[in-house]
Amino acid sequence: MSRRRMHLAAHFPGVNNTTVWTDPESRSQIEFSSFAHLARTAERGLFDFFFLAEGLRLREHKGRIHDLDVVGRPESITVLSALAGVTEHLGLAATVNATFNEPFELARRFATLDHVSGGRAAWNVVTSSDAFTGENFRRGGFLDRADRYTRAAEFLETARELWGSWTPDGIPRPFAHRGRHFDIAGEFTVPRSPQGNPVVIQAGDSDEGREFAASAADVVFARHSSLEEGRVFYADVKRRLAKYGRTPEDLKIMPGIGVVLGDTAAQAQEKAAEIRRQQTSPQTALRTLEQIWGVDLSSYDPDGPLPDIDPVADPALTQGRTRRGDTVAIAEKWAALAREKGLSIRQTVIEAGGRQFFIGTPDAVATELDEFVQREAADGFVLVPHLTPGGLDQFVDEVVPLLQERGAFRTAYRGTTLRSHLGLPDPVRKG
Amino acid sequence: MLHLSAAVDQPSAYDAASYLTLARLAERGGLDFVTLEDSFARPGPDALAVLARLAPATSRIGLVPTVTTTHTEPFHVQAAVATLDWVSRGRAGWRIDVSTTEGEARLFGRRQAAPSDALWQEAGEVADVAAKLWDSWEDDAEIRDAPTGRFIDRDKLHHVDFRGTSFSVKGPSIVPRPPQGHPVRVVDATDGPARRTAARYADVALVRATSAPQAAAVRNQLRSMTADFGRHPDQLRVLAGLLVDLGDGEHAAEPGHGGGGPRQTPQGPLYRGGPVDLAELIATWHGEGIVDGFHLTPVEPLRDLERLVNGTVALLQHRGLFRTFYPGSSLREHLGLARPANQYATTGARHEP
Repeated sequence: MSRRRMHLAAHFPGVNNTTVWTDPESRSQIEFSSFAHLARTAERGLFDFFFLAEGLRLREHKGRIHDLDVVGRPESITVLSALAGVTEHLGLAATVNATFNEPFELARRFATLDHVSGGRAAWNVVTSSDAFTGENFRRGGFLDRADRYTRAAEFLETARELWGSWTPDGIPRPFAHRGRHFDIAGEFTVPRSPQGNPVVIQAGDSDEGREFAASAADVVFARHSSLEEGRVFYADVKRRLAKYGRTPEDLKIMPGIGVVLGDTAAQAQEKAAEIRRQQTSPQTALRTLEQIWGVDLSSYDPDGPLPDIDPVADPALTQGRTRRGDTVAIAEKWAALAREKGLSIRQTVIEAGGRQFFIGTPDAVATELDEFVQREAADGFVLVPHLTPGGLDQFVDEVVPLLQERGAFRTAYRGTTLRSHLGLPDPVRKG
Repeated sequence: MLHLSAAVDQPSAYDAASYLTLARLAERGGLDFVTLEDSFARPGPDALAVLARLAPATSRIGLVPTVTTTHTEPFHVQAAVATLDWVSRGRAGWRIDVSTTEGEARLFGRRQAAPSDALWQEAGEVADVAAKLWDSWEDDAEIRDAPTGRFIDRDKLHHVDFRGTSFSVKGPSIVPRPPQGHPVRVVDATDGPARRTAARYADVALVRATSAPQAAAVRNQLRSMTADFGRHPDQLRVLAGLLVDLGDGEHAAEPGHGGGGPRQTPQGPLYRGGPVDLAELIATWHGEGIVDGFHLTPVEPLRDLERLVNGTVALLQHRGLFRTFYPGSSLREHLGLARPANQYATTGARHEP
């Protein structure tokens, strides 16, 4: 039996504290040269696609703009359109909200990106329930959790109707969509693009998110990165496909991961620890703890013990950041972790917030990534480097060739569209 | 200084290559900028995405997509235009337009068609909030101060707290202030309802006129309205908008058409004739101070743009009336417009030790 081949994508290190800006190698997160560098590196490594996240309002803490992390980013579809001019094969994926956009306009922007890139566009569909973000938009307000997903599902369905609305001969046909969230009619302004439907990516771990992915997505940007957790998630999502008349090959599961390489295992571990320290400065550690405790902790020493005071749930303290669930319960968990291991505030935040890294020599990392794919914990990975824009260089130079030697990754692009890289069927829409 | 610009619109073109050919041609001619129309009402790609695609493949030419304000989100629009400025390193413009028809409203299904003057009033508000959002990051807001752990100086980021008649925006933008400070705003000021918005917010006004007196009258009115809004009239460039049909090659213009000036057609004022006569018309109108320059829409894109660049522009250059190279790199520099001050920038007093 032939070896399962993995898919690889690159996440541009944008805002948040996983992006290390204090490193001397850190460059602009805004200048086009940074985007071009990372995209060209990804294409040199024969990656499937390049991935941009989205931000629609700057985070605030205690009523003021959060100032510790990398912040500020250009608008994704525009950046990707420009990147289409400096790459040839690389897929170009934009995260765009289905809550604060309208189907006609967004379907048109993605169809145009697909045209000007020769069939390389992808849309990572996300939703928002955040009234804080809504303050920047006509819609304002917010949708409750259930409505977010029904709107997103209907949004995507409508977009697909629009993408498929021209005849194969290039004649626009009138369309009408009347549903719970959208009641629109007219003619789409863009003919069928090279991929027909741009690739749809979905990120989300909840039950609704998994169901949405199984019914409508081509790629899942997953969070699980331990082998066992990954296998469970993989099996669960793939199992859901059948009821939508889809096969397991129709949906690719790609967790977001960090990779830290060293000449020896020990050196890689040391480097990973240093990266975590850089990601969690003393100031970041304190502010993170304030978000969990819900109170002002600015008088505490980040290198000292955790506060001996009770946490309170204060949803208004930090705005614009994905909710971490029950903060009081998390605070208790963190306090227990600190007691058990004798950790300082900063050490606790690093330990508790540490995401799964693949850490080791290039050979060890290649082996481990391959194992994830062979054992069906993933179909591939979205690499999230900690450095802009050079954070992918070493992986492409040192790990990709090893994956290729193992027969675990392509040695050339076989097609020109993102769908062809991902091995996804060409959606032929009739009507 | 004479300003020349051209439209790169083509029917039924969705691939990047054909637009790239036209934009490079215009750049070879040293034109200030190219425009690409956009509308939800008829077939055509998203203009801003197409021009963004051209940005890394061109180096000097200004890129001015139409982006409408009626059914779009002001926050998204300003972010996309600012981003075009980032990816082109200071060559972005924004041709502001409105969507007046019931058909366009039905594509969105969230508001009814409205009268043109109300829509232009709203377009002005969108232009206003866009400028505020572009200024919502001061130029030196990013500090990367390792000792204090601060990536930005949050005192240099500003909520805009904008409340318009049909929308509100809190801000700040997510995009840092673009290279030009404010990308260049272009408004077709031919029709009455657009004129106030142009006078108040535009850097470049386009005026479709068939005669020199008509163009001069609109320019004078625009300049006077600009002054009424507290701006210096020289902050506004007024360009005559003409369709050009250079299919007659080097032959003299038909009497009463090219040689005698443009004539009115259902598509707008049309100049028809040879590149030499067009150069004569441009030199005359500009020399007499009637307009600051021209925005030319080739009737047959590739043919007419080639004749424009190789014929008309070459002749104007030969006569010393038009630049032979770009002395600057940003669109504002081509237009001779200053980089705007930041409306939120504070004095240095706050930073005293």
